[in-house]
Amino acid sequence: MLEKLEQIKKTALTALTGIEGEEALNKWKTTHLGRSSAIMDAFKSMGSISKEDRGIMGRTANQVKLALQAALDEKKDALHQAAIQHALQEEKIDVTLPGYAIPRGRLHPATQTLREIYRVFADMGFQIYRSREVETDEYNFQLLNFPPHHPAREMQDSFYVASDADRGDNPILMRTHTSPGQIHAMRELTAEAPDNPPPVRIILPGMCYRYEQVSTRYESQFTQVEGLAVGKDITFSDLKGTLSDFARRMFGQDVASRFRASHFPFTEPSAEMDIECFLCGGAGCQVCKHSGWLEILGCGMVHPNVLSNGGYDPERYTGFAFGMGPERITMLRHHIEDIRYFWANDMRFLEQF
Amino acid sequence: MKTPLTWLKEYVDIDIPIEDLARRMTLAGLEVEEIRYVGYPLPDAAQRREAKVSGFAWGPDEIVVGAIHEVMPHPDADRLVLCKLDDGEKMHTVLTGAPNLFPYKGAGELDPPLKVAYAREGATVIDAYSESAEMEYTSIQRKKIRGVDSYSMACSEKELGISDEHEGIILLDADAPTGVPLVDYIGDIVFDIAITPNFARDANIIGVAREVAAITGAELRCPDLTIPQEGASIQGKVEVEITDPALNPRFCLGLIENAVIQPSPYKVRLRLNLCGVRAINALVDATNYAMLELGEPLHAFDYDILQKRAQNDGAEVPTIITRSAKAGEKLVTLDGEERTLDDFTILVTDQTGPLALAGVMGGADSEINDETANVLLEGAAWNMINTRRTVMAQSLPSEAAYRFSRGVHPALAPQGVMRGLRLMQEWAGGTVAQGLVDEYPNPPHDPTVEITPQNVRRWLGIDLSAEEIAGILESLEFECETPPQSPPRIAAKTPAHRLDIGTGVVGKADLMEEIARVYGYDRVPETRMADALPPQRGNHDLDIEEKLRDMLASLGLQEVINHRLTSPENEARRFPAGEAPEEAYSELVNPISPERSVLRRSLLSSVLNTVESNYRIQDRIAIFEIGPVFLPHEGEELPVEASRLALAITGPRTLPDWGGAVAGEMDFYDLKGLLETALGGLHLGKVRYVGGKNPTFHPGKCADVYLGEGKIGSFGELHPLVRENYDLPGTPLLAAEFNLSAIITAVPALFDVSPIPNQPPVFEDLAIVIDEDIPSEKVAALIRQTGGKILTDLRLFDVYRGDQVGEGKKSLAYSLVYVHPERTLTDKDVLKIRKSIIYRVERELGGKLRD
Ligand SMILES: [Zn+2]
Repeated sequence: MLEKLEQIKKTALTALTGIEGEEALNKWKTTHLGRSSAIMDAFKSMGSISKEDRGIMGRTANQVKLALQAALDEKKDALHQAAIQHALQEEKIDVTLPGYAIPRGRLHPATQTLREIYRVFADMGFQIYRSREVETDEYNFQLLNFPPHHPAREMQDSFYVASDADRGDNPILMRTHTSPGQIHAMRELTAEAPDNPPPVRIILPGMCYRYEQVSTRYESQFTQVEGLAVGKDITFSDLKGTLSDFARRMFGQDVASRFRASHFPFTEPSAEMDIECFLCGGAGCQVCKHSGWLEILGCGMVHPNVLSNGGYDPERYTGFAFGMGPERITMLRHHIEDIRYFWANDMRFLEQF
Repeated sequence: MKTPLTWLKEYVDIDIPIEDLARRMTLAGLEVEEIRYVGYPLPDAAQRREAKVSGFAWGPDEIVVGAIHEVMPHPDADRLVLCKLDDGEKMHTVLTGAPNLFPYKGAGELDPPLKVAYAREGATVIDAYSESAEMEYTSIQRKKIRGVDSYSMACSEKELGISDEHEGIILLDADAPTGVPLVDYIGDIVFDIAITPNFARDANIIGVAREVAAITGAELRCPDLTIPQEGASIQGKVEVEITDPALNPRFCLGLIENAVIQPSPYKVRLRLNLCGVRAINALVDATNYAMLELGEPLHAFDYDILQKRAQNDGAEVPTIITRSAKAGEKLVTLDGEERTLDDFTILVTDQTGPLALAGVMGGADSEINDETANVLLEGAAWNMINTRRTVMAQSLPSEAAYRFSRGVHPALAPQGVMRGLRLMQEWAGGTVAQGLVDEYPNPPHDPTVEITPQNVRRWLGIDLSAEEIAGILESLEFECETPPQSPPRIAAKTPAHRLDIGTGVVGKADLMEEIARVYGYDRVPETRMADALPPQRGNHDLDIEEKLRDMLASLGLQEVINHRLTSPENEARRFPAGEAPEEAYSELVNPISPERSVLRRSLLSSVLNTVESNYRIQDRIAIFEIGPVFLPHEGEELPVEASRLALAITGPRTLPDWGGAVAGEMDFYDLKGLLETALGGLHLGKVRYVGGKNPTFHPGKCADVYLGEGKIGSFGELHPLVRENYDLPGTPLLAAEFNLSAIITAVPALFDVSPIPNQPPVFEDLAIVIDEDIPSEKVAALIRQTGGKILTDLRLFDVYRGDQVGEGKKSLAYSLVYVHPERTLTDKDVLKIRKSIIYRVERELGGKLRD
């Protein structure tokens, strides 16, 4: 009887080695571990075995059954592994084929640069103030200390807007800079507290217009960001500090900047801020007109007349103002050589940002 | 303003390197844009430059002053001559074809000899015959020309990089020292300085020299304005009458008699040339030279012509009258143009009529000419605004107009005349009449401004003592007084050459700039603001706008920004031909082109233009723009600037890929989906989409968007007749335009978030068959209402039309999600709601459940 059990085990295990598929394995299970399998028959015939032999016979039969079961599990696992390995082989793809393109939206480069400027100045406490694009000569020029026929107007040729009435020296025009907003902002604040108006710290972004023949360097429409800080304790050294901080945030911690005297009617003293040309490292190139410096922004201490026009007493308040062209900054940073790209909206340009 | 270094050095000592000087001038407001080396070696290319550098160096041993002692004919070439030339070391025979030597051909030994720029064998000069745009150099080699040995040459200006002149060789002044390196004799370095309007006082050599003196601490020397006045007095020879001192504060005349018209010395002509002024003759050159030097434009009249005009009119002597022109009055200017004048133009006339456009350009009749011997020299001061308006009206920019339209101090008038007379006398001979006729009815006020060290501290953030401040201002010729008092105070009187210093607090600010400039902007420290921060207000509108931009970009739309100037014709294209309504535009008075002649009214039109300009580049376009439109408003002087949002999409739903997935073309519902997502993202509350009427859109594929009772925008598929107005792709084009301010106003400051339910959801599908005409929104609304709070989600997942539901019917299949906040829903609960939905669909919409 023990030999018989050994024989059952041997037969079953031999049969198992040749099995390769799941189906055959199930069949093997039925044959060798099923209800009418040899090992089950052996259990069934246990009753006819003598009492003293029954113990050892039962244990041995059980061991055989467990051995067969273990062999089955092992085989099952082996087959499963093989099947997966096979599938993995079959499913291999060419990973160098391009991915499926997903339509992606982007912000216009002008918006992107504006936001960067907003962020830097927001960190320094400047809030954003926007105002209208169609203005009167009064707000665009006169209140900013450009009297009629002032020579500095030559640098800001305007588009004039038709009006029904003859407005004399106060025609309607497309703003040539965002500076009219300086007057609007100051007047709003002084209206609230005429005797002791609060300090001002704003930036003024927006579209401006100049009567220019459009070329690779000039557009008749351009964005500008101006800044204005007014208070009882604001100095030219603060202006230098604030704008040098801006330059470092915008162009890199190591960027060298310099201030040189210039002229704007609404500031006195006035300055231009240059940064060392990051295209040539200061050695001189086409872009920096061989000077090694790039003009980035104009600035200065707010002219007393402008403060007065805004309602701030220039004997008690000082302030500084600055203005820059985001397109120019974008062009410098991305080696763009044609300013007309900005409003032409060619997707081949916009989709590079 | 081109400023030759040699000229500057006549008035101020300069002992710092050129590049340092350029940098310091630039920082002080005289921006040096270019440094041109004339004969001197250019700086090392590796060295840090402060400006664009150009020029050509002359080898000091190779290019020298030569003396031609004889000009001999070439044995067998008519157009060549042989020169006997002394280069300081020995005699050479030099071959040249310069036509300006031909008059001396065969004239024997020349005494004095002709001084020329002589280039020895091996010298490098500019190749005057090169066709290339780039400068090319050539080195002089020994060769035989027409049988004569040639190894050196006499140079033209072009060969030395002085000018384009190559007709003849340079003939230097007779006193040029033979054998001396040419660069030592006429070499120069020219700064090209950009002069800003407030620096107009520096648009002259003395002005620049004064600045250089101030920033380097050197002494400024003044030009010699004395002249031997050997002639009879000018008094009685001419009268002056100023009719309006506001227009003409000062008018000076001087007289020189028996001058001889001839060329100026070469060194003078070279200087004028380096300054960009063409040399004419000694008399005209003297006026230009004095103007460049002092900043006072001069005008020279032929005195005999004026005298003749006066006598023809029955007068003894000419009377010069200054007045404003009568509108329509005419004058032929010396450029030969007949000009019709405006009433703001100031005229110089005599008793018979106009002579010159004051401060702008002379008239043709009384000009210096080849016969002129007696010159009446005018130096005056003119109203800058009138001058400027005349320059603009007549499009007549000139060196004189440039200066007068920016303001010239009247104190300069007699100085200019004296300087001009002296130069005329020096270069053209003649006798200067004694005295000047000088009418000065309107002297300007040269303000005295009081400032304190505390002012300087408050404005500039630097501490300077009263003495330091006074020292800086005195270096610019302010007269400063510092009375011994406490706190110290400086009273600075503006020097009589500048008009840009104001009074009171404005004057203080003006002085701040002067102090900061001379002190050095680079020396002012960098500080961070210590002033109080203003009240923090934020910018709600911009915040929402930027959020919307981000949302739309995240939905795959590209932001565009168009020109805001357009034409009514372009915008009319958004309507079917002939259906464009009359719309009032804000029009430009001075458009650059008809295509950009008005301010846009429609942002939709802008995005349609962008689609049109891009569809040949790519099939799939999905864009948006945010910006203002300009709507003229009756009774308002300025147009309303209304904020708009516009979108346009067209082309395949997805980008083409090699996998072959086909997702179809975008249609109405793609745009609607975008809008629903974007507006939903702003938590806009109840947005309604209602079938709309808009001539731009397909009447059956157009919706208006409402927020409460207010319409905030509309969208749809472009009307086929509108499409015909554009060059557009064949795919449906969907577009939208919204009133952005209405959206922004409706965005709630805060919104609530519901808790995640604890109870399990129950899902159910429901298909309803109704008449085709009934908008699906009605069915959805009914289901939502009936479901109440426990219906947490309702989604349409299929729309079916066809045999199974019958003609004129559609089936709408919804999936519903029920969740009860407190308990688990039973089948019975759900069945009850389902029954009431079906009941109401049947009763209220005439529909039924689809089996
Ligand atoms: Zn560079």
